[in-house]
Amino acid sequence: MPRRDPKQRASDFGEVATGLELTAALAEAQRCLQCKRPACVKGCPVGIDIPGFIQALKEKRFEEAVRILKERNSLPGICGRVCPQESQCEAACIVGKRDEPVSIGALERFVADWERSNAAFRLRREPSPDAPKVAVIGSGPAGLTAAGDLARYGYRVTIFESLHAPGGVLRYGIPEFRLPREILDREIDYVKSLGVEIETDVLVGKTITLEELLDEEGYQAVFIGTGAGLPWFLRIPGENLAGVYSANEFLTRVNLMRAHRFPEYRTPVHIGARTCVIGGGNVAMDAARSALRLGSEATILYRRTRTELPARAEEVENALEEGVKLEELTIPLEMLGDDDGRVRAIVCQRAELGEPDASGRRRPVPLDGSDFEVPCDTAIVAVSASPNPLLPRSEPRLKTRKDGRLVIDPDSGETTITGVFAGGDIANDEGTVIAAMGDGKRAARAIHEYLQQKNRASS
Amino acid sequence: MAPGITRTEIRAPRIARRARPGQFVIVRVDEKGERVPLTIAERDPEHGTIAIVYQAVGYSTEQLAKLAIGEVMADVLGPLGQPTKIERYGRVVCVAGGLGIAFMYPEIVGFADAGNEIISILGARNESLLFYVDEIRARSTEVHICTDDGSAGRKGFVTDILRELLERGDHFDYCIATGPLPMMKAAVDATKEYDLPTLVSLDPIMVDGTGMCGACRVTVGGEVKFACVDGPDFDGHLVDFDELAKRKRAFAREEEVCRLELAADALEQERTGEPADEQN
Repeated sequence: MPRRDPKQRASDFGEVATGLELTAALAEAQRCLQCKRPACVKGCPVGIDIPGFIQALKEKRFEEAVRILKERNSLPGICGRVCPQESQCEAACIVGKRDEPVSIGALERFVADWERSNAAFRLRREPSPDAPKVAVIGSGPAGLTAAGDLARYGYRVTIFESLHAPGGVLRYGIPEFRLPREILDREIDYVKSLGVEIETDVLVGKTITLEELLDEEGYQAVFIGTGAGLPWFLRIPGENLAGVYSANEFLTRVNLMRAHRFPEYRTPVHIGARTCVIGGGNVAMDAARSALRLGSEATILYRRTRTELPARAEEVENALEEGVKLEELTIPLEMLGDDDGRVRAIVCQRAELGEPDASGRRRPVPLDGSDFEVPCDTAIVAVSASPNPLLPRSEPRLKTRKDGRLVIDPDSGETTITGVFAGGDIANDEGTVIAAMGDGKRAARAIHEYLQQKNRASS
Repeated sequence: MAPGITRTEIRAPRIARRARPGQFVIVRVDEKGERVPLTIAERDPEHGTIAIVYQAVGYSTEQLAKLAIGEVMADVLGPLGQPTKIERYGRVVCVAGGLGIAFMYPEIVGFADAGNEIISILGARNESLLFYVDEIRARSTEVHICTDDGSAGRKGFVTDILRELLERGDHFDYCIATGPLPMMKAAVDATKEYDLPTLVSLDPIMVDGTGMCGACRVTVGGEVKFACVDGPDFDGHLVDFDELAKRKRAFAREEEVCRLELAADALEQERTGEPADEQN
């Protein structure tokens, strides 16, 4: 995938990867073997007919390629950009056994982008006024997918979103240099065109309860896709100093509130000259790269080494190329502040790699007496998040596991309340956009079956 | 409502229906605006409205105050936070300074309705900045008023009065203290000496208001809490006020940028007779 020059792109929020040109896309499509029993499809959580859309693309039947993609995936422009294809469809690609696998993600993106610049205006589909109503809570990848599929099944679907703009983590979490707002807006518009209503500024559990949705507002089924909205902190001294952000806060200020355009947009972000990001996942990379674009130096402090980073290899490479520094084998112990209570440095300890732990990665073992200080003006804590407990706490019938995730039936996604289903990070821990979409898809199917059965029984 | 203090009524039927004392909303004036947390001072479920009371001190609140009747603001989200636990304690002393009165008014209504005897201590910089006084008087057995300049009631601070009442041996079963941080801290320092349980309502910096960002984290009894979902009410005797005060100043420089811009706008308007922001 062609990318913009690292120096240039590190100073703005424009998209990093530029996408394939037509000739390159057609040439790449030629590499697909059109397997009779395609392994790639099994590697795709939403089961896209990958050889099918690539074949259509190869024959320049672009609209057909779009149709095939959208049959299984309402958000192809997003998935073509943020899916970890290297561990899914492309990991299963037969061509990849001897050579580079077919760049399925790049082709998906190409087709989605072709549609954006070429497709005609679509009429909005209206659900039948007497179709059963289904509520979807949360407009992230799980909710958007469930809603789109439910609308296709013919239901009247309303998504309730607590923030002022839809998209969930796609809006507040993923920076626009990886996923331009225009693509996100367009794919949300597509879901709306299927007949889905989106109500923003509604926090289910506070503005309205789950019970009221079911008993008073006449929703016959509910899908919960409220995500992993609770940021973790390190629980080390000094973490509440000013200038210390959770990755969620930092990214929300920039991505949702447009703080990089302060004061035109009224939400500020205070960054300074040196930023330390603690963590090694995709969110840590996003935070570090955003800090860089705000004019700060950015250093990632990570307990293990580059080999063990949980972030996608591509994103690590992008980050390092742009000038993000990686401080390996570094364990933060304490944050130090100045007289005004602003963070000024992080006291860290060196580690060495020991035996593998439960995750299979070698465990960092702290080295006594190796303390050192890393000076910084901003510290961003990006060490995972857990499910947002707000909705489960508001409804005692929703049972949760010890880790805060909802107890669900693994096949249908049904929660401990009949007719209420869940998916994405509130219920599972894969933590990727596409896994959440797979959950949404599965739950939509299960809701369809549940409602068919229910309405058959009552008629 | 008072010079510089605005009361805005918002049509929000779902919020009006569910709001309880202690809860707040997040509002955004326009598409480029901040998300501003504000206490729900009044609610009217029958008419589907809530009211917020605020002082136009920064850009966002200035914009909010400029809205004309019938105009629409971009967003209202709520009710957020935990409702205040209202019980029948007995004699409740309610200490409110400045805008803290907006939070205190529904608390007083709630605690009075629950059968408590209310003793109110209200204070502001001057007489014109006092509000809800009659409404609060109607539900209190005693009302003490003070101002910084002595233009209403006595000259001094609400916490001076609180201390006097405690020192002369008035018995209270519960205390609620809301207002600027130094005032709440002074109130809590006083009630600690008398082992008087004291509830405070905190207003740290917030972004989403739903527990997602942690901007509003406060240390309470050595534990980190998110004021937006765990609060905004906390046991005042356990709150780390110094840390909170420092966190609230995190964006002081950026707030100054906005203030300067407002001042520049005002100058421009004075010069040309037209609002500066409508020229571009």
